[in-house]
Amino acid sequence: MNAPALHLRDVRKSFGPTEVIRGVTLDIAAGERHALIGPNGAGKTTLFNLISGRFPVTSGQVALDDTRLDTMPPHRINRLGLSRSFQITSIFHRLSVFENLRCALLWSRGYRYSFWHTLTRQTALNEAAERLLEDIDLTARRDIQAGLLSYAEQRALEIGMTIAGGATAILLDEPTAGMSNTETEAAIAMIRRLTDGKTLLMVEHDMRVVFDLADTITVLVYGQVIASGPPAAIRANRAVQEAYLGAEAA
Amino acid sequence: MTAAVPRPRPTAMRAATRNRPIRAVAPWIAMLLIALVLPWLFRDYTTGRDNGFMTAMFGQMGMMIVFALSYNMLMGEAGLLSFCHAVFFGFGGYCVAHLLNAVPVVVPLELLPLAGGVCGLGLSAVFGGMATKQRTTAFAMITFGIGELAVTAAIMFQHFFGGESGITTDRQNAASLFGVNYAHGLAVYYLIVAWTLIAALGMFYLRGTPLGRMANACRDNYERAQFVGYDPRMVRFIQFALSGLFAGIGGGLYSIAYEIVTYDAVNAPLSGNALLMAFIGGVGSFGGPVIGAILITALQSGLSLMSNSWLVYVGLLFIVMVTVAPTGIAGILRAHGPIVRAGRLGTLAIPYLRMAVPGLIVLTGLVFLVEMLSFATIGAAEGKTFSLFGFAPNVYAPMPWIVALAGFAAGIVWLRLEGQRFFAVWDDLMTGLAAAAPR
Repeated sequence: MNAPALHLRDVRKSFGPTEVIRGVTLDIAAGERHALIGPNGAGKTTLFNLISGRFPVTSGQVALDDTRLDTMPPHRINRLGLSRSFQITSIFHRLSVFENLRCALLWSRGYRYSFWHTLTRQTALNEAAERLLEDIDLTARRDIQAGLLSYAEQRALEIGMTIAGGATAILLDEPTAGMSNTETEAAIAMIRRLTDGKTLLMVEHDMRVVFDLADTITVLVYGQVIASGPPAAIRANRAVQEAYLGAEAA
Repeated sequence: MTAAVPRPRPTAMRAATRNRPIRAVAPWIAMLLIALVLPWLFRDYTTGRDNGFMTAMFGQMGMMIVFALSYNMLMGEAGLLSFCHAVFFGFGGYCVAHLLNAVPVVVPLELLPLAGGVCGLGLSAVFGGMATKQRTTAFAMITFGIGELAVTAAIMFQHFFGGESGITTDRQNAASLFGVNYAHGLAVYYLIVAWTLIAALGMFYLRGTPLGRMANACRDNYERAQFVGYDPRMVRFIQFALSGLFAGIGGGLYSIAYEIVTYDAVNAPLSGNALLMAFIGGVGSFGGPVIGAILITALQSGLSLMSNSWLVYVGLLFIVMVTVAPTGIAGILRAHGPIVRAGRLGTLAIPYLRMAVPGLIVLTGLVFLVEMLSFATIGAAEGKTFSLFGFAPNVYAPMPWIVALAGFAAGIVWLRLEGQRFFAVWDDLMTGLAAAAPR
């Protein structure tokens, strides 16, 4: 699997007169596990939305390896192999768990807008969906409407949908938010397993998770990167301690 | 006991798989058999003549089933509220009328509905491209505009639409593939049955394809669909265009059956009817619009003979369904599924009967009020005398009004009480079933 590198060059985003992202330049190496941290309102989710094409950038460039993403609609970015999850669970709530995963597989398996294939007869596709179901431990909930799953189960489903299409760059927006300690541990183990060998960028508030999982940590404060580096360096960084970690400790 | 459970499972599962095709096909076969014998049940065997009115009504039901199902491809499957669906139905009808009038007719009669479908598809591809650029309210507003545009065009462009008198035609201009003489209403009816079956099978098939499933996905979560690689606008555009294909087939059947197409066939009330049929029947399941189409057509044909104010009843039925049972008739039936399977339907018999009594009182009161009002404003001017269910009250005296109003109001209070009791029983039953269900 060839994981791509993600490059951001002087990315800016304004909502009206307010500049939310104020010139972010960031390189995420191929196959790296990169954590994005920062206080509330720092612009972490906005940055995700810019990378994944949910919002257009005001200025600057986003590139996956050599391909510019900042002019593309979200579905095209997704087809290039960059996939994301949402902070607020985003699933197809009236479809079954199995159908959710199968929908997430369809495009990457080349079905496009086909109205001639019968889904139930696509053996390889259905087996892949069943395997995903096992990967996220929801086999027992296979035929339940996704909207009726518990919160943690919905989060797991969302991660399953995010990795389903075989994306090589994964963006996870607070995957463990709102989970209990045991649920968080299970989720982190699952993320570690499912994103192996892929480029991972995640927003996370739980510092244990961040320092446990990430190869590199970037700290975003008021729309600007104040530090970026390996966990040990970030922990020792004075500016970070003042702006963020210190504030939490206090 | 728990140890014994796993063993019979494989065989049970295999049996379930074996039974699945039969179970899936059964409702189709049943519907087809009913459709085939229906006209013969109303035949007058002493004179050897068919009941033309009933045969025509059943044919109308067939077209409306196609129309309502094609509407539900938007409403139920894709979550798109369209107000212009009749445009594609009517356009298919006009095209077939013109094809029939261009003697010699190149397309055999049996294939003309398909030609209507292709025309509907062409037009829905054009308008669908415009409408599916937007979502939700904006989408609905664009479709409303398209509907208005079509009605204006139908009146303005006399050459194609024939103005208010419409386009008349003669289905016998076309040759039959199988040498059938379509002068007879029964032959037309069976042609409608055949095309209704084909169209319904086609739409059923579409639900199980990647496009059909992604239409559901875009309905549930437009944004998520983008982040699994799909362009929701393209999904909706194709779905919209295909629904126009099936609406056009329905319109083609209309043209063949009635040999006249007027702007009523593209008009907003017919678009509204699609919504009515789909919603009253139930947008959440495939069979819902079928039930709705049959019911609404029966009301239109039957009730309109009995009452001038039949539209009031249809409107009230719509309001009641949307407020009380948004899942439609099919949804209500489906909710009873687990109860029937558990063999507990009998538990509901008494509560249902207890609701039926005040229900009938409310209905009677309502019918008297509506009919007396209708008579006082229209009927009396026409010089008719008032009589209803064997009663002939004096519409100009206060007493009949007071009685009807009092009965209606008291019935509603009573019905609400019985309703609460009913739902208490219902909830008990459901909790009991959920507790008994194996995990």
